[in-house]
Amino acid sequence: MNLFLQLLVTGIVIGSIYALLALGFTLIYKATDVVNFAQGELLLVGAYICLHTTVTYRVPFFAAFALTLAFTFLMGFLIEKIFLRRMIGEPIIAIIMLTIGLSSVMRSLVIIVWGTDTRTFPEVFSQVPVVIFGLSISRVYLYSIFAVAIFLGLFSLFFKKSKIGVAMRAVACDQQAALSMGIDVKRIFALSWAIAAVVSAVGGIFLGNINGINTSLAHFGLKVFPVVILGGLDSIAGAIVGGLIIGILENLAGGYLDPLIGGGAKELFPFIIMVLVLMIKPYGLFGTVKVEKV
Amino acid sequence: MNYTNCGNFKCSYEKDAALFQTLFSRICIGAFLLLLVIVPFLLDHYFIYILNMILIAVIGAAGLNILTGFTGLISLGQGAFMAVGAFGAGCLSNRFGLPFYLAIPAAGVIAALVGAFFGIPSLRLKGLYLSIATLAAQFIIEFIIIRAEPITGGVQGLSIDYASFFGVAINDDFRFYWLALPLAVAMTLAAANIVRSKIGRAFLSVRDNYIAAEAMGINLFRCKLTAFAISSFYAGVAGSLWAYYTTIVTVENFTIMVSIQYLSMIIIGGLGSILGSIFGATFLIVLPEILQSLSNMAAGQYPAISQIVGALKEMAFGLVIILFLLFEPEGLARRWRLIKAYWKLWPFSY
Repeated sequence: MNLFLQLLVTGIVIGSIYALLALGFTLIYKATDVVNFAQGELLLVGAYICLHTTVTYRVPFFAAFALTLAFTFLMGFLIEKIFLRRMIGEPIIAIIMLTIGLSSVMRSLVIIVWGTDTRTFPEVFSQVPVVIFGLSISRVYLYSIFAVAIFLGLFSLFFKKSKIGVAMRAVACDQQAALSMGIDVKRIFALSWAIAAVVSAVGGIFLGNINGINTSLAHFGLKVFPVVILGGLDSIAGAIVGGLIIGILENLAGGYLDPLIGGGAKELFPFIIMVLVLMIKPYGLFGTVKVEKV
Repeated sequence: MNYTNCGNFKCSYEKDAALFQTLFSRICIGAFLLLLVIVPFLLDHYFIYILNMILIAVIGAAGLNILTGFTGLISLGQGAFMAVGAFGAGCLSNRFGLPFYLAIPAAGVIAALVGAFFGIPSLRLKGLYLSIATLAAQFIIEFIIIRAEPITGGVQGLSIDYASFFGVAINDDFRFYWLALPLAVAMTLAAANIVRSKIGRAFLSVRDNYIAAEAMGINLFRCKLTAFAISSFYAGVAGSLWAYYTTIVTVENFTIMVSIQYLSMIIIGGLGSILGSIFGATFLIVLPEILQSLSNMAAGQYPAISQIVGALKEMAFGLVIILFLLFEPEGLARRWRLIKAYWKLWPFSY
């Protein structure tokens, strides 16, 4: 039972980070129809920027956090402006390959600047675990669950209430109608990349605080596919629910199946779920079903 | 090479569908093949090694181009299908002592079967969804290979003997070249022939408008599975060649990065063009080698460069993809056509 709860908590933490990443992915997909294979690298860059500002420039963690968010916002904005803007209307394989190209450029830049060794954040959260109902949970986990919950709450408020958020939803729903209503669609495109970069960076910073960072963090970018397929590619609620489900299931699979088959179940399980979802319900839990007409 | 004096004038369907349309193009191809035969006698081992890698990559890229370029099914699993071919060949030659000339086609057939199996979702899934399903295939195949330790040797992989041909072991770059060259030439010619045949036209129609294709009597399911099978057959042959070349097969040689690399080859070369696959494969094999030798030269002055050369290669790879997509989205094949068109009327090109 204790193992189960422990796995569950880890699953929720990892799942909430998946949810953040998937949120970014979905945002870009909904607004601009771009499939982003560079989501993991956005996370990587965010984590390293934060690490660099805290370790090298000795900026206090929370200021560094804010600085990182500002930087990644700008980065996402520029990526859209420079690269993706020209790709509007290109076939899907070109867009996929462009984001793959971007991902390899970003990953190699990170390696050139920071090297490949695993680096750890200075202790931000106290190491003493919190004990809840006889279950000891490390503080980083709790903080990251809270922080992710706050971020997700803020974003749903942003999409529901703010003018820009409503404009983003309008663009996602019907681009031409939004254009004719006077919404600056190009700005929305850039903005969705910027926000996607910011949420990925948040995920990266918390992951970095849990395990330390190295370039293999970028693998999280591929894990985002099972999440968004399960939740539905164009559903923000789906991204969050899917993230939690995949995070929990993957950790349970890792905990219970790995001893039986000798490892690797954790990495594979999300993809098996994804294949099953693709076969049974390709548009996921909350995705819009596309009807093709001749 | 379409060196014709004026226009493109043909009086029969056979001529219109011919692979090499004019005498001049046949002469050029012949000269090119002759060059390929002469060249290994003039080069040292390193360059023959590069040529061998190109030949292997050309086979894999031509296969992927049939699937992605001609049929429009995006596959992120080419690396895994190559792994199936490599481990298949390794297993067949280790366990059953099959000679290479049986093991390579057999490995291709195994890969084709596996590829067709993972192509089944393509009936329901299109575009993006299919590419994600093939991504899953990549991970699942990698996992199975690592777990199937009795057959594949697991993480350590297999080590196999060099291919031997009538008692002559094909154990150096020069000898391997004579194995790889005929195979690569035959496979590219076969690919070019496939795409101009009935199946090839069916592939094109599925890519351009699958609903219209289905209405015209093309069995979509069979057509897509055939595309997957052919493409994976090519991947399997490329993988088994790789296995015989390096004689050590591990899963690390066939990760998702390999799949991405093959996809980039056909993007850079040109989607839907067999010639493009050759260009793309050559480009992406030669580029890192050039970078390597440049960094070796620079390492004298900047020793630090040798540590980041891997990252530099990856960055160049990414940049090349991005630049091609932005500035030459139809790839090197289009540039080649433009160059040809220019010389067609030279020196009176106005």
